[in-house]
Amino acid sequence: MSTPPRVNTAPLRKLRRQRIAIQVACVAITAFMVLPIYLIALAAFSSRSALNEFPQRFVPSAFSTETMSTFLNSTGVIPGLVNSVLVGIATLVVSLLVGAPAGYAIARFAFPGRNNYQLFLLFTRALPIVVLSVPLAQLFLTAGVYDTPLAVTLLHTALALPTTILLTASVFLAVPVDAEEAARIFGCTPVGAFLRVVLPLALPGVAAASIFTFVMSWNEVLGATILTLNQRTLPAQVLSSLSDSPLAFRFAGGFFLIVPAIIFIAVMRKYLLNMWGTTIR
Amino acid sequence: MTGPPIVRRPKRRLSAAFLLILPSIIFMLLLFAWPMVSGVLQAVRSPDGFSMTYINRMLADPGFWAAVRNTLLLIVVLLPLQFMLALAMALLLQARPKGQGVYFYLWAVPLGVSDLAAGLVWLSIFADRGYLNSVMDALGIGPVSWLSYENYGSMFLAVVIAELWRATSLVMVIVVSGMQGIPKDYDEAANVFGATYLQRLRHVWLPLLKPSLQVALILRTILAFQTFAVAQALTGQDFQVLVGETYRWYTALQNPNVASALALVVMAVSMLAAVVYLRLLREDTGSGKR
Amino acid sequence: MAEINIQNLVKTYPGGTERATNDVSLRVKEGEFMVLLGPSGCGKTTLLRMIAGLDLPDSGSISVGDREVTYLPPNQRNMSMVFQSYAVFPHRKVRANIGFGLAMRKMPKAEIQKKVAWAADLLEMTPYLDRFPAQLSGGQRQRVAVARAIVVDADVLLMDEPLSNLDALLRLGFRSKLKKIVEGIGTTTVYVTHDQVEALSLGDRVAVMRAGQIVQLGGPLEVYGNPADTFVGGFIGSPPMNFLDGAVMSAPDGTQLRIEDSTIEGPARAPEGKTRVGVRAEAIQLTDRNAKGTIPARIDVVEPLGSAILLTVKVGQQEIKVQVPADHPVKSGDEVHLRLPPESIRLYDPETGLGWDLR
Repeated sequence: MSTPPRVNTAPLRKLRRQRIAIQVACVAITAFMVLPIYLIALAAFSSRSALNEFPQRFVPSAFSTETMSTFLNSTGVIPGLVNSVLVGIATLVVSLLVGAPAGYAIARFAFPGRNNYQLFLLFTRALPIVVLSVPLAQLFLTAGVYDTPLAVTLLHTALALPTTILLTASVFLAVPVDAEEAARIFGCTPVGAFLRVVLPLALPGVAAASIFTFVMSWNEVLGATILTLNQRTLPAQVLSSLSDSPLAFRFAGGFFLIVPAIIFIAVMRKYLLNMWGTTIR
Repeated sequence: MTGPPIVRRPKRRLSAAFLLILPSIIFMLLLFAWPMVSGVLQAVRSPDGFSMTYINRMLADPGFWAAVRNTLLLIVVLLPLQFMLALAMALLLQARPKGQGVYFYLWAVPLGVSDLAAGLVWLSIFADRGYLNSVMDALGIGPVSWLSYENYGSMFLAVVIAELWRATSLVMVIVVSGMQGIPKDYDEAANVFGATYLQRLRHVWLPLLKPSLQVALILRTILAFQTFAVAQALTGQDFQVLVGETYRWYTALQNPNVASALALVVMAVSMLAAVVYLRLLREDTGSGKR
Repeated sequence: MAEINIQNLVKTYPGGTERATNDVSLRVKEGEFMVLLGPSGCGKTTLLRMIAGLDLPDSGSISVGDREVTYLPPNQRNMSMVFQSYAVFPHRKVRANIGFGLAMRKMPKAEIQKKVAWAADLLEMTPYLDRFPAQLSGGQRQRVAVARAIVVDADVLLMDEPLSNLDALLRLGFRSKLKKIVEGIGTTTVYVTHDQVEALSLGDRVAVMRAGQIVQLGGPLEVYGNPADTFVGGFIGSPPMNFLDGAVMSAPDGTQLRIEDSTIEGPARAPEGKTRVGVRAEAIQLTDRNAKGTIPARIDVVEPLGSAILLTVKVGQQEIKVQVPADHPVKSGDEVHLRLPPESIRLYDPETGLGWDLR
């Protein structure tokens, strides 16, 4: 066997340089994404006087809850918080109650018009909220439910419903029919089979859909603002008082609104790709 | 089992499915169809019957045209930037750097952020006494009034950057999801047959990503027409956008009819954009291959 | 066309505990059809991918002709490859797929058309040139992949189990066609498979691999008739080689083999001691008379294969396969005598499984 040739490692070095460049790019983008969140947290936890300084400090001099507590004690904030949670949960529940059965129907039954139904759902997802909010305000006024959490819940449910139906449909599709049929052969009613076999298996996916609905409801600002006057949700409260409120108030509000997002994405990491993969189809 | 069940069963299944979807249909008729119809009526019906007064009032308002211009400009500038950034992010993740999972999570965080919160976050940066000016002051360049209504360009820039930060994640997630559905083999084959990285992008990745990119484009465009709270938080009423005007007509000017007219404009352009995209992109992929 | 010189290639996949290739060296001659054969996990695909540049070795070197290419990116190695999944681009027509490598090499369009037409004709895909892959069957897509690979004037042609996704009948038919095409073109070829029949029928030489190493390198007849160890003997051939426990004893005119309670003539220069006796099913002869130098046995199962009969035969407590002509009268339960011709016997170390070279 001849002597081994001199191996040219230049391509290896080039590869190493490329990987370093990739890391640098990743860090830069991460900085762009994460820095603003750090800054708003910083602003939310700086004292009033610190906020009035110029230039602003990038490293906290002291941790102060002054801004946050002022924010929380401002009129309408705590009630807004309560309303947001209320509306979020209510939306979650109602959209699941109405949407999951429809999702199940899509997954299990090949009924005529199923494709049209699904297309219709996809279409409604693209509908601008604003188109619904203004007329709904009018309708709710006449129906007497204007300016109630119920009104906002109804709007949010309408917005969440198409996504819920399509998401639960794909979740149920992933549960094998055989398991269900076996349960029925062994004596379960269709509903019983659903509760005992399908639901446990579908739970993670359904939970993901629920969290998604909750966060969507929590974040929604335009419709909530239009549909309420005194019983505002938190975003509506912050929005409507934007022009009158001091900067500190706005910063604290911004931070408060962001926190669920971060938690949400942390929890939903695994499902993110699945969700968009399935809803594209 | 004797005869009738064979005939009965399809019908039974049909009605079961129908019962299951019935609540959702009722819900959406009540809360989608009815408001839409009502909205159209609200915009064109005055006490004296069909009337164009509200629409005319909307068209006569200079704020409306400013809003149209701003919104269109926003879309034309923002969307290409977003797609390039999202593609770059997806390709970076594709290269499997160390910490790939952490990067993906951090880059996806803005997905869950509401547009109002995003506006407020960047407010802390762009405000006169905000973080950006602090940096510029330290560098000796001196503070700039980014959000002043006199500085149209910088206002626009601020809104673009804030939206870039908030909404690119959506496109990125869609593109990454699309990329994961493309088998590695195609890229490897192209590589062995002599294609450089750029050639592989052009001949393998981008064509196969087209379905995902289409979806992302339609979705993002429709959402971009609804830009509102970001501009509101950053500039108040100074940077006018279509939905912002709708909000103004409804709350400040107490005129739900003109507001409805504006809402209809938003819906009309959204639908138009979607149709245009679908038409354009369908011709492109004409031959029905998937 | 060029020779490939692989020296001391070592690769461990990140996160793996074992080496995927453990100091592998191999020289593929110019124009040779070399088959890498082995069970899954033996490192054959890893080796192929390192030749292609899709994976990079931890140490060692790869040279093609007089070019050292160990760490060169795949697109600079001037190679062709047929993938197991075919990897035919779904969004381009057959024509553009076949011409892809040529287009990447910036060949003028007219020339590309000519070459594509030639390759399509060779693979009988001319009527499909303007179709999309989705409109083709699996076998047709495979032919597009092969056409794409041969149309380029590459130094080396690589194939990663290209026939394994075809159904059995197609596989057989295409195997001979593939051999003819590759022979006609004459490019140095490295072919990976786990199917030993494919390996024997296609290769000029076969490299049998196991656990990251080449355990035997030789022509098909050599690898089949003279397996280097019990693993190769058991892996190649259908049915696999039989192995019996026995002992070698010296005798005045050569050696003797003691198997169970019988003594038969052993191969010429066998060393004394315990041994593993290897013999192929078709080499064993059946007699029913207790002639000297035969082993008594009982037929357990009779499987008519059409072209021959495969017998499962019990020798004492040990079980072996014997192949006899289709018209040989046998039935289950028959007491028979086996004659093992000494020239067909291979002896293996009972501990290591390595073969004793008795030539």
